[in-house]
Amino acid sequence: MTATKTPHADPAERKTTYREALREALRDALRADDRVFLMGEDVGRYGGCFGVSLGLLEEFGPDRIRDTPLSESAFVGAGIGAALGGLRPIVEIMTVNFSLLALDQILNNAATLLHMSGGQLPVPIVIRMTTGAGRQLGAQHSHSLEGWYAHIPGLRVLAPATIADARHLLAPALADPDPVLIFEHGGLYNTSGDLPADAGPVGLGQAAVRRPGTDVSLITYGGSLPKALTAADELAGGGISAEVVDLRSLRPLDDATISDSVARTHHAVVVDEAWRSGSLSAEISARLTEHNFYDLDAPVERVCSAEVPMPYARRLEEAALPQPGTIVAAARRAVGDAPDDGRAD
Amino acid sequence: MSTTRTPRASASRSRSRSRPDRQAAHRRDLLHGMLRVRRFEERCVELYSEARIRGFMHLCIGEEAVAVGVTEALTADDAVVSTYREHGHALARGVPADAVMAEMFGKVTGCSRGRGGSMHLFDAGRRFYGGNAIVGGGLPLAAGLALADRMTGRPRVTCCFFGDGAFAEGEFHETANLAALWGLPVLFVCENNLYAMGTALSRHQAQTDLALRAAAYGMVSWAVDGMDAAAVEDAARRAVEGVRAGSGPHFLEMRTYRFRAHSMYDSDRYRDKAEIERWRERDPVELLARLMRERGELPDETLTGLEDEVRAEIDDAVRAAEQAPEEPVEDLLTYVTSPPAEVNRP
Repeated sequence: MTATKTPHADPAERKTTYREALREALRDALRADDRVFLMGEDVGRYGGCFGVSLGLLEEFGPDRIRDTPLSESAFVGAGIGAALGGLRPIVEIMTVNFSLLALDQILNNAATLLHMSGGQLPVPIVIRMTTGAGRQLGAQHSHSLEGWYAHIPGLRVLAPATIADARHLLAPALADPDPVLIFEHGGLYNTSGDLPADAGPVGLGQAAVRRPGTDVSLITYGGSLPKALTAADELAGGGISAEVVDLRSLRPLDDATISDSVARTHHAVVVDEAWRSGSLSAEISARLTEHNFYDLDAPVERVCSAEVPMPYARRLEEAALPQPGTIVAAARRAVGDAPDDGRAD
Repeated sequence: MSTTRTPRASASRSRSRSRPDRQAAHRRDLLHGMLRVRRFEERCVELYSEARIRGFMHLCIGEEAVAVGVTEALTADDAVVSTYREHGHALARGVPADAVMAEMFGKVTGCSRGRGGSMHLFDAGRRFYGGNAIVGGGLPLAAGLALADRMTGRPRVTCCFFGDGAFAEGEFHETANLAALWGLPVLFVCENNLYAMGTALSRHQAQTDLALRAAAYGMVSWAVDGMDAAAVEDAARRAVEGVRAGSGPHFLEMRTYRFRAHSMYDSDRYRDKAEIERWRERDPVELLARLMRERGELPDETLTGLEDEVRAEIDDAVRAAEQAPEEPVEDLLTYVTSPPAEVNRP
């Protein structure tokens, strides 16, 4: 695939939102390559269920900003077929809970066709979806199932947590010849901040150290990143220097960045909004045991969601989710700065 | 891989003949195509019993007229999406017999480099998108291939085979709606062999008139005698013409029957033997051969010649598959993801 152009380079650092950054990335991709189109439920006239694609229909027309029926399996599968047919579809699924209706297509076709065909059928599709809780949307709109997708060979799984990544991960995802899943945490869309002018396309599969530190590594991604950064501020006030690692790529995992960080800090806390049993946090913890066993001065701590279908009531939902306070407590336990009687089971 | 004589290649050779001669030659090509599939699968049964082919293997013996007749109506630019019962579709599409046989043997020369097996035959060069073993799973792919053609203005047709069992899957209904809604150039070919594995049509569908139900989505739909190769081809040509002309997806219900069990593991307890025998009287190979004999188009030596040609092709395929190398274990993880883009993409 040809290198993606950025026809409208940002003049300088400027204020924007995560949502607008995603939209700009889509706009760029659609302008740069005629093969790119966006397809999903209410992406056109409605403007996207979370407003990401607002205005794109007017610029690119209904052929390339394509509203679909509520048929996740059919339109995700059609995206896969269109990719086989030479196009570069971006398929939007409203939430990760709904993506289960298309799981057959994602696993049995998108992730599998290249290998099952002996290398003949790469599937260059990008599938975007919302994930995560925190907006009182209840148990069928709020889960964090991206770890399930990260289990599957043949998929690349991304979780942009910053405005810069929202802006710059799409182009390399589209350039990748294989299926890429992009998870956008619903709590991030309204995040506003500066988009640095010099932040060009980023490499896929690379984690980022968002805050350097020396005492403990807070390893996280997506919607938990702001919480981890808040926790790191609080820890700094208490004399603990926390390094915050943003995974960005959930498959493949950037083992080197994770391992290097823990080799320096000797303590690790994995923060993952998914349930802890059989989770990505379990995978990272296992890898730290494999790679950093002799670096670790304490057991790996995990801060995950309570093992409950996400409740509606605000107090219950907040209690179910990782919060800066629970991250701080876990970090303190890890570095031996607090009694360990509060450790989760 | 050896060059395979496809029915289409033979048909083009017969163009200079007079019309009745052409029709006779074409019938011979259809017969040849069906014999290839029949004998290939019969050989597969032998090889399976010798444990040289393993895994699940589903035979289309009895349904050859559908594969051969429909494929006749397609051009090389058209796409085919198929199911796990796809040996016939692959062979009729022109995937070389030795590439299919080598795949059954799990060899590196197989059409999926030994990674697919009987249920997952692929040939991108022939636009054969294979080999989908999730019932209904291939339908959305077909819609997408057709969407790509529509969006790029290519006058191609995507032909999607599936069974009556797929009518119970949401993916059929989602895709039928999507394809009709968007007017996509898809030819849906339902091979109604009356059984979803071991469950009879009347036991899995509230309304068993499948063409009627497809029509409810706004598609041109009709039912065809799937044991009559000429009728199949004629229906497919008309449907393909409509699809290519831009009148949206078409649906053909091919009324057919599989003479063998669902798979090699199936003891066939759910069907009445008399029912199987009744359908065998309408064996598509015999039906066409009988017609040709009546017309004086099939002297014994012609049939013997076709059988010899088919046997030689299959013998060669088996021999080549036996001698072919295995994929080295070091290459186990190859093709899980693509090599870097600049290497992989022109």
